Amino acid sequence: MAGPMLRWCCPVGRWALACIDGGSRYGRGAATGCTSSGKRGQSSVAQQPRITAQKPRKGEHEWAAVVGLEIHAQISSNSKLFSGSQVHFAAPPNSLVSFFDASLPGTLPVLNRRCVEAAVMTGLALNCRINKKSLFDRKHYFYADLPAGYQITQQRLPIAVNGSMVYGVCVGKKRSQVINKTVRVKQIQLEQDSGKSLHDDLRSQTLIDLNRAGVGLLEVVLEPDMSCGEEAATAVRELQLILQALGTSRANMAEGQLRVDANISVHHPGEPLGIRTEVKNLNSARFLAKAIDYEIQRQINELENGGEILNETRSFDYKLGCTVPMRDKEGKQDYRFMPEPNLPPLLLYDAESLPTAADPQQVINIDQIREQLPELPSVTREKLVQRYGMLPEHSFALLNEVGLLEFFQNVIKETRAEPKKVTSWVLNTFLGFLKQQNLAVSESPVTPSALAELLNLLDRKAISSSAAKQVFEELWRSKGKTPAQIVSEKKLELMQDQEALEQLCHAVMEGHPQVVTDVKKGNPRAINKLIGLVRKATLSRADPTVIKEILEKKLSPGDVSGPSARGRTVQP
Amino acid sequence: MLGRTLREVSAALKQGQITPTELCQKCLSLIKKTKFLNAYITVSEEVALKQAEESEKRYKQGHSLGDLDGIPVAVKDNFSTAGIETTCASNMLKGYVPPYNATVVQKLLDQGALLMGKTNLDEFAMGALGSDTGGSTRNPAAHCGLVGLKPSYGLVSRHGLIPLVNSMDVPGILTRCVDDAAIVLGVLAGHDPKDSTTIQDPVKPFMLSSLTDVSKLCVGIPKEYLTPELSSEIRSLWSKAANLFESEGAKVIEVSLPHTSYSIVCYHVLCTSEVASNMARFDGLEYGHRCDIDVSTEAMYAATRREGFNDVVRGRILSGNFFLLKENYENYFVKAQKVRRLIANDFVNVFNSGVDVLLTPTTLSEAVPYTEFIKEDNRTRSAQDDIFTQAVNMAGLPAVSVPTALSHQGLPIGLQFIGRAFCDQQLLTVAKWFEKQVQFPVIQIQELMDNCSSVFENEKLASVSLKQ
Repeated sequence: MAGPMLRWCCPVGRWALACIDGGSRYGRGAATGCTSSGKRGQSSVAQQPRITAQKPRKGEHEWAAVVGLEIHAQISSNSKLFSGSQVHFAAPPNSLVSFFDASLPGTLPVLNRRCVEAAVMTGLALNCRINKKSLFDRKHYFYADLPAGYQITQQRLPIAVNGSMVYGVCVGKKRSQVINKTVRVKQIQLEQDSGKSLHDDLRSQTLIDLNRAGVGLLEVVLEPDMSCGEEAATAVRELQLILQALGTSRANMAEGQLRVDANISVHHPGEPLGIRTEVKNLNSARFLAKAIDYEIQRQINELENGGEILNETRSFDYKLGCTVPMRDKEGKQDYRFMPEPNLPPLLLYDAESLPTAADPQQVINIDQIREQLPELPSVTREKLVQRYGMLPEHSFALLNEVGLLEFFQNVIKETRAEPKKVTSWVLNTFLGFLKQQNLAVSESPVTPSALAELLNLLDRKAISSSAAKQVFEELWRSKGKTPAQIVSEKKLELMQDQEALEQLCHAVMEGHPQVVTDVKKGNPRAINKLIGLVRKATLSRADPTVIKEILEKKLSPGDVSGPSARGRTVQP
Repeated sequence: MLGRTLREVSAALKQGQITPTELCQKCLSLIKKTKFLNAYITVSEEVALKQAEESEKRYKQGHSLGDLDGIPVAVKDNFSTAGIETTCASNMLKGYVPPYNATVVQKLLDQGALLMGKTNLDEFAMGALGSDTGGSTRNPAAHCGLVGLKPSYGLVSRHGLIPLVNSMDVPGILTRCVDDAAIVLGVLAGHDPKDSTTIQDPVKPFMLSSLTDVSKLCVGIPKEYLTPELSSEIRSLWSKAANLFESEGAKVIEVSLPHTSYSIVCYHVLCTSEVASNMARFDGLEYGHRCDIDVSTEAMYAATRREGFNDVVRGRILSGNFFLLKENYENYFVKAQKVRRLIANDFVNVFNSGVDVLLTPTTLSEAVPYTEFIKEDNRTRSAQDDIFTQAVNMAGLPAVSVPTALSHQGLPIGLQFIGRAFCDQQLLTVAKWFEKQVQFPVIQIQELMDNCSSVFENEKLASVSLKQ
């Protein structure tokens, strides 16, 4: 059993797909999930010398991990869930606070229609049953950034329940095979975000910013159908793409618009589930996977050392790469839930139940929202595979980067090059450059038109592949130049003059008789050397296939070495 | 002038018999003379005079805003008033000046009313006196010889009313006569986009017709309201009133509201739970009182809340949190909600059986002297005070206390009418007819002021005895 079970990285995208090496998967009955090895010394989690240092013991069972997620997505709306305050990221502190947000006594919540529509739309996209009647509750706890002393949420009867989401897991040695996995969506509830506390330890002060207080959140609860950090991260990524496609949340983790709590437990397959811990506030995809895998391994170690797992709340220390108990979450929390008396039940309608005299401003029609659902990422990927014959993994990669699909489609529109060629250039060259310089697609110095023009030059063999790479580098460096300009400035066009090329071939052969002899003796690699020499002489401006043809013709017995009248050859 | 009804004063203003400023000054002078009664927490003299001046201009230009233009009003100190301290009589909110007006306050001001000040109350209105959660408008009205109207829940906005029990609080109206209550209700009622529990349907202006024939009326007398604690004087007044209706041709029948006796204990659970929740916001961070302790946020919370709330409030917060604990929620809160539903259904059943209004006492007895009043603790006191008024809040129904007669001691006694939900106008029409029949004596303000002056001279003594 070789190789780490849980991997951090994927070759395509940062964490686009849960790449599980089919060869190293093991464990009783587990299909494509990641079953953790409980054997010490075969740490399933990389970067953990503490665990790998221990010696393996014989005859132990393997472990299975179970991961459920609670995902908080900030609703993309102009105003907050229950007040008219605007919603903006990075506005000056306490500049977006209404009387209600500051919980001035006597203020009352007024439900934002847009937030309800966003919840319904998300519920429909996640195949949920939309509850035509849902309720709001107060969840009480004292915290400096929770001005009312309670959060309004939907504990008893949430707006959407019993859904499912499919996400793609990439398997196989080449990771070209995508397996669809399903995670059940327990519920989606509408709730208020809290404010932010900034602790100034030096002056022992806590500063409060209420700009975020009262912003609408969708809490999406995913059932414990995942089994490792990578699966969880992939599921979260899929949800992120869905929310972005719907426009219901910008779902940017760096800006805190998507935050994840993970419930994690381990057990021996076939036995009841173990006691779970909750790892809170995972704000990046990488740390999400890391924290979950760390926590799985920590629990395994704990149990194998005869210890027990406490039902506790932990946080992830990204500097140390480990989870630690949260001090302020010690002790039993009783949230003292109570119905929110200031909000009547939230009633939704469908085409059938819609009251005939209803004011469209006052009612929400589920069927109408269903009709407005945009294309979901899974459908987009399916279409890409169908239309361009691309590999599923490439369709994932195109969707994973914000704006990349649009860039790709714009290139396709303007170029005659094969879709496969375009895919390769966009995913390898273009994305590679972006990653190297840590840029977003929108920040790229190369426009889709420029890349399209470049690919056209390549397509009609005006330049060689290597010259194309050079042109691309130049495009990246000097904004505003067209590929054609660069080609002509740098003299990168392919030599179209057959006669001149034949003469060059002739000269190279004459200059390197030993290599010519080697070719004639049947050394297959010798001809490549000649090709290389000719290319060098042309300053890489000749098509190697054409050179090869000329050389082969000249080297074949009976060759008269005369200049050929033949035109361009077709690339094999 | 101060003893007259709103309509009479309004007519006098229109005819120029008195100017808004003169009226305002008369009021302010009465407030000063009766200061020892502690009726006001804040007197907004400057604001009132300025409003009077503006009102006077409007009258001069012939652009009066309506019946309420230039009429002095007082607002209980649990309604938010922009720029005027609003304390709920609590240390917790001492110095708190709201940046906005409660919807009902704004509506009064928009009609040109003059805001004289903010009236006193139990801390967070947990006992007696303008908002009505369990009877706090109707009880004082009965004791003071005034009309006290508790409108249907959802008819008048609670926005800006600092809550006690959100699901039962209703802004209440205290006036000299039923017509005045109807005028004010007409101004206050209607959907408020800032209060999601107000009804969406547009509200028609409340114009009370003068009922001449009660023969088509069915009056219900709930037998459960005939309790041993009811004073014989009020009991006989109640039967007299029933007889009056019957003799004028109305159908008067005994009805049953079987779950009435559970109302107070049910109210206790629901009220304390909502109180515990509503008071969670008073943490000293955003507004109101904050203690000097700063060792930790938790220590600051604890000290602030200990200093800010009195024993009654603290007691309710503790019980409420107890009822809401996960292990207790089903046994207390959920059960109380079920009982509340049974109480509400009692009323529904009675009204469905053809009863138009219910006639009941408002209070067990006439007002008791202060020394008697403070003998009982707050819980017992409110249990006694609210016995006839509380169930109405559970059911969200409209109810009005109408001054009926003076007791042997010369103290006012009121009787209560309870109506169907959102049939406030029908209720007030019946109340108006009854008011006309009983001819409750008009309050003699001048006499009162003279009496006050003599008390005023002994103010020191009076204040001492009040502060015991």
